[in-house]
Amino acid sequence: MRDFLGRAVHRHDVQIGAIVLLMLAFFGMLSPGFLTLGNFADLLETYSVMAIMAAGLLVVLISGGIDISFEAIAAVSQFLVATILVRFGGNWFVAFSLAGLFGASLGAVNALLIYYLRAISVIVTISTMTFYFSILMFVTQGRSIYNLPNWFTSDLSFLSVPFPVMVAAVALVLTLFILSRLTIGRQIYGLGGNPEAAKRMGCNIVGLQCFAYGYSGFMAAIAGIVQAHRVEEVVPYALIGRELDVLAAVVLGGASLAGGIGTVSGTVLGILLLAVLQNGLTLLGVSSYSFGLVTGVVILASVSATAYTAKRQRKRSIRHAI
Amino acid sequence: MIEPREVTEQGRSEATPAFIEMLGITKRFGGVQALNNVDFTIRPAEVHCLAGENGCGKSTLIKILAGVYAPDEGKIILDQQAHSHLSPAASQRAGIQVIYQDLSLFPNLSVAENIVFRHHVDKPAQLVRRTEIDQQAREVTARLGVDLPLAETVGRLPIAVRQLVAICRALAAQARLVVIDEPTASLTHTEIDALLETVNGLKAHRIATVFVSHKLEEVMRIAERVTVLRDGSRVGTYPAGDIDRYRLAELMTGHKLESSLKTRLANEGAPILEVRGLTRRGHYEGIDLALRPGEILGIIGRLGSGRTELALSLFGMNPPDSGEIRVAGKSVRLRTNRTAIRRGIGYVSEDRLSLGLVMPQSIADNIVVSILRKLTGILGLIDGDRRRKTVSRWIQELNVKTSAPDRPVQELSGGNQQRIVLAKWLATDPRILILDSPTVGIDVGAKAGIYQTVDALSRRGIAIILISDEVEEVLHQTHRILVMLSGRITAAFDPVEVTERELREAINA
Repeated sequence: MRDFLGRAVHRHDVQIGAIVLLMLAFFGMLSPGFLTLGNFADLLETYSVMAIMAAGLLVVLISGGIDISFEAIAAVSQFLVATILVRFGGNWFVAFSLAGLFGASLGAVNALLIYYLRAISVIVTISTMTFYFSILMFVTQGRSIYNLPNWFTSDLSFLSVPFPVMVAAVALVLTLFILSRLTIGRQIYGLGGNPEAAKRMGCNIVGLQCFAYGYSGFMAAIAGIVQAHRVEEVVPYALIGRELDVLAAVVLGGASLAGGIGTVSGTVLGILLLAVLQNGLTLLGVSSYSFGLVTGVVILASVSATAYTAKRQRKRSIRHAI
Repeated sequence: MIEPREVTEQGRSEATPAFIEMLGITKRFGGVQALNNVDFTIRPAEVHCLAGENGCGKSTLIKILAGVYAPDEGKIILDQQAHSHLSPAASQRAGIQVIYQDLSLFPNLSVAENIVFRHHVDKPAQLVRRTEIDQQAREVTARLGVDLPLAETVGRLPIAVRQLVAICRALAAQARLVVIDEPTASLTHTEIDALLETVNGLKAHRIATVFVSHKLEEVMRIAERVTVLRDGSRVGTYPAGDIDRYRLAELMTGHKLESSLKTRLANEGAPILEVRGLTRRGHYEGIDLALRPGEILGIIGRLGSGRTELALSLFGMNPPDSGEIRVAGKSVRLRTNRTAIRRGIGYVSEDRLSLGLVMPQSIADNIVVSILRKLTGILGLIDGDRRRKTVSRWIQELNVKTSAPDRPVQELSGGNQQRIVLAKWLATDPRILILDSPTVGIDVGAKAGIYQTVDALSRRGIAIILISDEVEEVLHQTHRILVMLSGRITAAFDPVEVTERELREAINA
């Protein structure tokens, strides 16, 4: 199975892992509070919401698309579920089921638009992001929901593992299973690697896209619920604006913006890298405004790397032909 | 005209029942008749070539066989059952597998997973069993007797190996007929040998192969029959042994290709280009050559012999370390291609001669596209009058048959398109033109068009360097031949005196 994902990806995993270790050592020396168990528990908990979203986004990136709307989908689903829970009551099963349903549906809308309009996924999902978020703000007038049920906000840690970390772990394992052990996951790799070939092999393209974007929406909505549980409130605009952080984490983890390449293990490392970097900088007293810098550089670097590889391949094939 | 020596379809058909018979196939797209009453039969386990120039209808015929198109008339008899058309699913169920030129592989997946990918599609919600995938892939490669790195990612493999992967995938899908589209275009001789070996392996498993190609020299070695299409009609089906390359070219184009062997260049004027001791370390060394106006100089050498590096240096794109270049007697330093163009040197890389037209744009725009700056008047605007004059001059001089220069180039016939390419080059007024492998991967008819173009340019006094790795090309199309080997010019020949064999030996020395 190692070989299925290609050696390059594994080299990438090792590289990112080494960078994470180096940064741990670096920040550990500079900041005494950094290498403590308490800090790591906080870190894991804080970044678990991002990890759940990243798991969904990873699937879309592998399929050869991109999703910018998942934070908006999370915000909308979060609000809908919270409203229902406050009015009718419920339990965790109802909360997750409803969130998953809303998220997957909103994600599938993206897929259908992309497929039937033959539009570029980044444009479609930026549009739906704006659309979903604007409707949410229009309906709520920006008002938050504070009176969440007690069962929803109470602490659920098991063996001192916080609830959000557990959900993130389940999400990542589920994604790993789908991507590497289910035929639909392998088809998604195929679709991202060569869409024309996938069509010729008889893959159900619209079905695969609905699955990928639906899964991204599903995971985003689950993440929205977990986030509401953590902060014990639903603020309509709390999640918006962090799309590119998640994207940067997944791309740092080796997923290609050109599709077909990406792993769950890489994604985990990508999030760790971003988490350690941001946390370390905070402890060193560097302004949090610098985080955006990191995000921007990562995405630019990835785009450049993709373009550079493509250019080199073109050159090589010309040389071959001559 | 030629009289096709067709060996009749009757007589043998009783002996071997056909596996697939396509009878009276006719297909129109709008007003264009793509196929006209074409018969095409494939016997079990035979190797059959479908030959014809671009646009002769061979890909339409294959797409009808693959179920992509439905024919307007005719029927397809498959396993003794007649169909008016096939659906893609029915075609695949019948064991027809088409390997398109792009191979349609997944570059990010392993060889094994590519071979068995169809299982993923057939059973979308099933567990993937790695050991099963590996085992099935191993079985298929073993059946075909090829040794493939099953765990390797396909994107890291050379094209030739990918082709074998595609064939294995077809085999894994229970193929009874494998159609391979343009298989040899990008392969070396050894790679072609390996491919043909593999196809012989298919034959051993009672699988028929159809090669769709316009470059059939190698494929003819193992083919049993050849069907030739021309302008949407079947010219005939022939035993491959009865047909040589020249005959095939005649059948495909419908006219005898005149041997364009030239008489020696009479004009021995002063050289327009002289090169002395030109060296670039690691690329080429001590190159001396001289080129006269109107002369066609062939430089032949294998890949890596330094031929392209030398050409790029002459075009200013690969500055030499030492040595001298003189253009029209004046020593020049060619540091950039802009300098080279100013000195009247043009460089046409592979394919540009055939692909150098912007198809949807008008004839006029295509002619003037490279000389727009010369047509600008005050304020840098294009002078419409001068543009018109330039365009009508070339249309007249080259006898382009067109109703109006404002029509898109794509409406012209192939021959007239070639004339527009010629006009475009003549408009730039070059003195030296370097053509790098101008006929790689194009069909016989287009090749002839390009040779005519080159000939016409030379008659106008333009000196031409023709870089090639095809022995016959330099033998028939040049006035003088230089052989490059490991960065040096190792031999010079007069094409009238040298034999094909001597030249071949010089290249491979």
